[in-house]
Amino acid sequence: MNRFEYARPETLAAAVALLEEYGSEARLLAGGTDLVIELRNHWVEPKIVIDLKRIPELAPAIVEGNGILSITASTVMADIVANEQVQRYFPALAEAADVVGSVQIRARATLAGNICNGSPAADCAPPLLVYDAVVVVAGPAGIRRLPVDDFIVGPGKTALADNELVTAIELPIPDRAYGSAYQRLTRRRGTDLASITLCCGVGPDGVTRLAYGSVGPRAFLVTDESGALADPNIGIEDKAELLDGMFHLATPSIRSMRASPAYRLAMLRVLGARALETAIERLVKEVA
Amino acid sequence: MSYSVEIKAMINGRSRTLNVAPNQTLLDVLRDEAELTGTKECCVVGECGACTVLVDGRPMNSCLMLAVEIDGAEVTTVEGLESEDGLSPLQAAFLDEGAAQCGFCIPGQLMSATALLESNPNPTVQEVQEALAGNLCRCAGYEQITKAVLAAAKEVGHE
Repeated sequence: MNRFEYARPETLAAAVALLEEYGSEARLLAGGTDLVIELRNHWVEPKIVIDLKRIPELAPAIVEGNGILSITASTVMADIVANEQVQRYFPALAEAADVVGSVQIRARATLAGNICNGSPAADCAPPLLVYDAVVVVAGPAGIRRLPVDDFIVGPGKTALADNELVTAIELPIPDRAYGSAYQRLTRRRGTDLASITLCCGVGPDGVTRLAYGSVGPRAFLVTDESGALADPNIGIEDKAELLDGMFHLATPSIRSMRASPAYRLAMLRVLGARALETAIERLVKEVA
Repeated sequence: MSYSVEIKAMINGRSRTLNVAPNQTLLDVLRDEAELTGTKECCVVGECGACTVLVDGRPMNSCLMLAVEIDGAEVTTVEGLESEDGLSPLQAAFLDEGAAQCGFCIPGQLMSATALLESNPNPTVQEVQEALAGNLCRCAGYEQITKAVLAAAKEVGHE
């Protein structure tokens, strides 16, 4: 690892001031499960690493208020998995957080880091897209909020400027019944990067939201407003064509070693059908 | 200018003050500065679990942490499992079940299993497998390792 300065600011303002000073020469540290590998492999060679874990506003917390569940930037996957409100309102997020890496990784890796890293295979990106998550960003001009769909840009890229950092992720709590489910394809059960990440959400209004990652430069969100996909009285076989159409944004890379494009496209349909069925089951149960 | 930061941490129940460089991992500092070589370096990308230690009671990959991050924390390594009464029940069970073949992964397996039994004293086979999914054994001794964890759970449960 090259030498770098290490800073542990104790206020948000101090962290932003450091970002202002160092710009693209700074890297932010939360869980470090991606960053430390990048540092060791010289994929990044920052002048300074700014550790965010001593900033009180970012300290691990999952707080409900004003119809929003807010997850701070230092909150780790294991805490998200164990949180009752996440389980109740956003089960697909709990399911996604629960399959990240291993127990050791989940004790360290943060949700904010998962999307800031910009991996197309980020496990939590699809549920955040389905649940319409909002990313809270702090910078020199103060706080701005942007939809996660706008935050995610492409491989390794987000809408975050060099002088900004994520302070929290906000999830609007559904004001009525909502069914959702997560599915993931890996080569083995433990500790693997996903070949597909997928989340499906269905509401009583008949709208189906489907988000999928690891099959293109970023995770994509698509919706079906016809009501046909969400209809519990239509068999899954009769939805196949409609469901297929939902995957038009998938362009899996031929260069990935994890799975061939043909296999990913075939499995997208399988995982999509599974997630849709589970989401509908959960919605029906909630409405009952 | 010196390129080191002074940190204080409880390591295996003992308060330690260490001077570490920001670009040193916790794994490097434990092995090279604190002389706790029970923690093993293997994949250094957080996949194999050989470097697993407990930080504030949670199992973590010490290869993926900067040593400066443990300032003020409590760290337990495999050397900290033994008490005055001897090996921990889990360590004893690993011996009894012949869970160690080449032995290289065992410190990490022990740390993950220790954390599991702390939070879940009566795990199922599936729960043991999930808890140890981040600890690879190149000898593929998973059967005996799982048995040892279940045996230790049973023994502690009977006390």
